[in-house]
Amino acid sequence: MIEHYLSLLAKAVFVENMALAFFLGMCSFLAVSKKVDTAVGLGAAVVFVLTVTCPLNNLLYTFVLKEGALSPGLDLSFLTFLSFIGTIAAAVQIVEMALEKYAPALHGQLGVFLPLIAVNCAILGSSLFMVERDYNFGESAVFGFGSGLGFALAIVALAAIREKMHYSDVPPGLRGLGITFIVTGLMAIGFMAFGGIQL
Amino acid sequence: MAKAKEVLLDPLVNNNPIAVQVLGVCSALAVTTKLETAVVMSIALTAVVALSNVSVSLIRERIPPSIRIIVQLTIIASLVIVTDQVLKAFVFEVSKQLSVFVGLIITNCIVMGRAEAFAMQNPPKEAFIDGIGNGLGYSLILIGVGFFRELFGSGKVFGAEILPLTSAGGWYTPNGLMVLSPAAFFLIGIAIWIMRSMRPELVEEN
Repeated sequence: MIEHYLSLLAKAVFVENMALAFFLGMCSFLAVSKKVDTAVGLGAAVVFVLTVTCPLNNLLYTFVLKEGALSPGLDLSFLTFLSFIGTIAAAVQIVEMALEKYAPALHGQLGVFLPLIAVNCAILGSSLFMVERDYNFGESAVFGFGSGLGFALAIVALAAIREKMHYSDVPPGLRGLGITFIVTGLMAIGFMAFGGIQL
Repeated sequence: MAKAKEVLLDPLVNNNPIAVQVLGVCSALAVTTKLETAVVMSIALTAVVALSNVSVSLIRERIPPSIRIIVQLTIIASLVIVTDQVLKAFVFEVSKQLSVFVGLIITNCIVMGRAEAFAMQNPPKEAFIDGIGNGLGYSLILIGVGFFRELFGSGKVFGAEILPLTSAGGWYTPNGLMVLSPAAFFLIGIAIWIMRSMRPELVEEN
């Protein structure tokens, strides 16, 4: 049982990395990776929110939306998108308020990134993947945590590379966004090395 | 009339949502292994942007500023549900391949960005044209990337053979990298390079 969860975790972090294999959360991935500090902040916030919302959406799906869950013959799965995005927006709001009250230091660090996360496609994406792959409650919690960790790992690595890149002579047209895409592509090749691993 | 034309054509190159504003990149990369999925995705996104722009613009004077994000999200999510159902009904195979990415149009920053930046200040007609323009700018990149990836990755365009593969007795050895994720990053990087070399005013300072 433990092995099953561990392999799911490793798969979510490395093999099926949210950012590098599925291109999810790219907007913030590219926009917030200029400095390592801010990248760490965003990464932590994503791990946190994903670990909360993924199991929450799993419960919502299993007990309300799934065909026949609420009453026999009632299929509410067409409401999936709307209710998931609602859960995510609400969870982000609650997490923000809770952090502000009980962990002001952490809240100060994550600050602006928390509200931004509600529209990060990595969050909605992993909830949708969870439905598509039929994960149960435990699996969805592990999957949420793992994919958050994978995203955090990728964004911190990219930010570190971009900080180093200040010293390189990049052709004018590629400066900024262009070279970031190429670097991300190279990182994706690196992560593909994990592809064949069987756990 | 001149303004409408400008609103429509500006997002195609000068203000391209993907290459210049860096919005909506996620789906641009993921659905472009084949031209067919890229085209369907482009149509779906253009429809959602245009309609959400119109809807937001129609009620823009009645949305209380403090809850506008939630209102916009709800409108967009409802439109995406409709789009998803339509895709499932008419092009089921393609909608299976697009998997979660149709749902992810909700969090596509182009849709949110245009609702927030344009539709909140402009009347419905212009908002509609702006939505179409941005949808086309997105489609331009998506279809371009999809074309090259399918052509060099599997020697086909729209599933029809263009370059005969060695495995089928032809002369072309497919470039396996093209169907994998890194190729999408490289192609978009190169597209940005070309666009910025043509228009040096877009070059970022280091």
